Amino acid sequence: MSGFLVKPELPYCKGCGHHLIVRNTVKALEALGASPLDVVLVTDIGCHGIVDGNFATHTVHGLHGRSVALAAGIAMGLPPEKKVIVYIGDGGATIGLQHILEAARMNVDLTVVVHNNMLYGMTGGQPSGLTPTGFRTVLTPQGYPLPHHDLPRLVRDAGAPYAARVVGLGDFSDVLRQALEVEGFALVEVLEICVSYGVKMNPDLRLKELAQETGYEPGVWTGARPAFRPSRRETASLLEMPAVPRQYSSPLEGRMALILAGSAGEGVQQAAELLAQAAMMAGLHATKKGSYPVTVGVGFSTAEIVLSRDPIFYHGVPQPDAVVVTSADGLANQRERIRRMTGGVLWLDASLPRPETGAEVRVADFRGRAGARNAALYALLTVLRETGVVPPEAFLEAVRESPIGKHVDLSGW
Amino acid sequence: MNETQSHPVLIDGSRLIAEACVRAGADAYVGYPITPASLIFFFASRRFPIALPAPDEITALQWMAGLSAAGYLPVSATSFPGFALMVESINMAYMMELPMLVILVQRLGPATGTATAGAQGDLLLLNGLVSGGYPLPVFCIADLEDCWRLPPVALQTAVDLRTPVVLLTSKEMVMTQESFDLARLAEIAPVRRTFYEGPGPYCTYDPADGLVPPFLPVGNGQHQVRLNASTHDRCGIIQHTSDEAMANTRRLQAKVEARTPVLYSLDEQEGARTLVVAYDITAGAAREAVAALRAQGVPVSLLIPRTLLPLPAVYLETMDRYPRVVIAEENHQGQLAHLLFGRRVPPHVRRVTAIGRMIRPDEIAQEVAR
Repeated sequence: MSGFLVKPELPYCKGCGHHLIVRNTVKALEALGASPLDVVLVTDIGCHGIVDGNFATHTVHGLHGRSVALAAGIAMGLPPEKKVIVYIGDGGATIGLQHILEAARMNVDLTVVVHNNMLYGMTGGQPSGLTPTGFRTVLTPQGYPLPHHDLPRLVRDAGAPYAARVVGLGDFSDVLRQALEVEGFALVEVLEICVSYGVKMNPDLRLKELAQETGYEPGVWTGARPAFRPSRRETASLLEMPAVPRQYSSPLEGRMALILAGSAGEGVQQAAELLAQAAMMAGLHATKKGSYPVTVGVGFSTAEIVLSRDPIFYHGVPQPDAVVVTSADGLANQRERIRRMTGGVLWLDASLPRPETGAEVRVADFRGRAGARNAALYALLTVLRETGVVPPEAFLEAVRESPIGKHVDLSGW
Repeated sequence: MNETQSHPVLIDGSRLIAEACVRAGADAYVGYPITPASLIFFFASRRFPIALPAPDEITALQWMAGLSAAGYLPVSATSFPGFALMVESINMAYMMELPMLVILVQRLGPATGTATAGAQGDLLLLNGLVSGGYPLPVFCIADLEDCWRLPPVALQTAVDLRTPVVLLTSKEMVMTQESFDLARLAEIAPVRRTFYEGPGPYCTYDPADGLVPPFLPVGNGQHQVRLNASTHDRCGIIQHTSDEAMANTRRLQAKVEARTPVLYSLDEQEGARTLVVAYDITAGAAREAVAALRAQGVPVSLLIPRTLLPLPAVYLETMDRYPRVVIAEENHQGQLAHLLFGRRVPPHVRRVTAIGRMIRPDEIAQEVAR
C-alpha cells in the first residue's frame, strides 16, 4: 500500500471512475517524491468527498462547491513546497464556478481535480452544468437539452497556466503529475460516467464515444504566469495622528447641534470635520457624522456636528440648534427637519427659496462669495463669525493645516 | 500610548478596530466592500500584514477558513447582506473549529434596506445562526473605547475556543468621528496562542481533559491534520451519528457556554427602582438618559451588556432585583427583550425601540420616569 493511503479499500461503488482518480493521484504524488504531510487534500461535497479517511495527507472536507475557495485560502497561507489539491465533482464545480475562475485569474497555487461523472451522483442523478447535451438523467430522461461548460477553456481564459481534460480510463498520472508540478493554478477535468445513475440511464454509451460526441475534447493546455502568494508586510500604526492642539477657548456652556447640508462633491464632509477639529482646538468635545445617498458622487451631502462642553455619549441630532444649507440638494434633503424647527437659526444660501420653518432665517451668498467648491467652508466660517461658538481663527487655522489648505484661497474671507 | 499626556484626535471606531485587531495579533484581513463596513476594510487594507480583497463574501469566509486552517488569525467586516452570504461558511468554520473574527456592522434592514442608516436589527439572527442552535460567541461594542478593548477579547476568545467569533457593532458606532484622547488607550498585548506540541498521534478534535482540542495548522510536517465540516469523530473522520461524533457535536456547545468571557458594565445607584439596559449605539443614549435622571434626583441603574451571546445568566439575575426594567434598542421588536423573555415580556419590563433613527436619551428617561 502507498504511503499516501491509510486504507486501500476506497469507499466508492464498484466500477466507479473515482477509484482511478485516487490511484492516479497517488501515483503522481509518488512520482513527484512528495511526502504525505507536504500535501493538503481539500474535498468538496459529493461521493468523491468521502475519501478523506483513506488519505494519509492532511485532509479538509468542506462545503458543497466552496472547496476551491477554501483551498485557495489554505494555499495562500502555505509555502510553495506544500501541495494543495482539490477534489471536486461536476456539481461542485457548477455551484462553485466563480471560485474556480477567481482562483485561476489570481493564479493561486493549487491543483483542482474535477470528477466529472456527468451528473450529481450523491443526490440521485440530477444534471449539472457539466452534463452534456443529450445525456439522460433521472430528471431529463429524454436527454439533457443544454450544452455543458467547458471548464479547461474557461480557466484558460481566466488565466490558468495549466488546464487539462482526460478520459478517466487507465493511467493518467502523468497529467496529474504535470499539474502538481505547476506553481500556480492547474485544473484537470477527468471524464467518467456515474456507474449508479449515468450507466443506468445511458446503457449504450461508452465513455470515449461520449467524449467525442459531446465535444469533451481531451487535451493539455499550458501557459506561464507567476503564482499569486501574499507575503507579510510591515505596516505603520493607524494612530500616528497629530494631536489636535488646544490653543483657543469657547464660550459654549452646554451643547450645540449643527447640520450642514449641501451637495456631494462640494466639500461638505470635510468642512464639517474641520469644524469639529476647530471646536476641539477651542477645548470642546465634538462629533461629526455624515449622511449621503449610496451614490456618493451626486445628490445631497449632509453632516451632523455636535459640539459640547461635556463628553458626548449620544451624538444624534433630533433637534438642531443650527442648520446651514449651501445648495438645493441640501435644502431638499433637510426640508422636513427645517419645517419642524421651532427655534434655532437657519443659514440659507442666497440662491435658494426660503423654506417653511419656525427658525430664524439668515440669508447669505455662500456660493457667490466662495464658489460651489468652498461654499460649505465659507458658510461654517460665517456661522462662527455670527455666533462666536468657536473662534473663527481656530477654524481658519484648521483649514490651513488640512490637506485642502493649500488649495483654498482664504484671502478676503 | 503616553498615559500622562493627552493626545486629542478626531477619530472613528473603524480605525480603532483595525489597529486593535493588528496589535492583538490578527494577521490577515479578507474584505469585500459593503456600507457601512467599508471604512474598516479601508483601514485594515493599510494596516494588516496581509490584506486580501475577495470577490464576494462567500469567498471571503472560505479564504478566512483556509488561512485559519494554515495558522493565521483572520478578520473580516461586513453588514447584513454580506453576512447572509457568509452564514453557511461560518457554520463550516464553527464545525471545523477554526478561529476567526467577523465584525458585523449593522445597518437598516430588511434585505438591502438602507445602507447608510444604522440599526440594531441582527441580534436574533445571530442567536440562531448555527444550525442546531449551537451558540456562537458574540460581543458588542458600546463606545469608542470598546472599539479598542473588545477586538483583542474577541480574538483571544476565537483562539481559546477554536471558533469563529462575531463582534457586533453598527453604522453610527464605526463611522461617526468623535473627539477622543488617544492617551486613554491601554496597551494591547498580542493574543496568547499555542499549537499542539505532543508526540502524537494528533487527533484534530480530541479535547483530552478539556473542552477545546489543541490546534495544529494543516500543512505542518509533524502530524496529520484532518478538518471536517461534516459530522465527525475526534480524529475528523466523517460519521453518521456515532456516539463519539454526537459527543463531539455536543462539545461545541459546551465549550462556548463554559468559556466565553462575560463582559458588561453595571452602574447601580442606591435606591434605584429602575434598571436601564442598553447595548451597541443605544448605550450612549442610555448613559446620557441616566445622567440626566440622576441630575434631577431620580435614582436609576444602568446595565450595558457587551457579551450578547451566549446570553449571560447575570443579566436576568440583575434584572430580577429591580421592580422595573427599561430595555432600549434600535430595532422594531425589542430583540434583546425577546431573547431574554420570549414572546411573553413581563409587564414590568418596558421596551424603548425605534427604526430609521437613533433612540434619544429623552425617550429612555421618559420611560424610566413613567
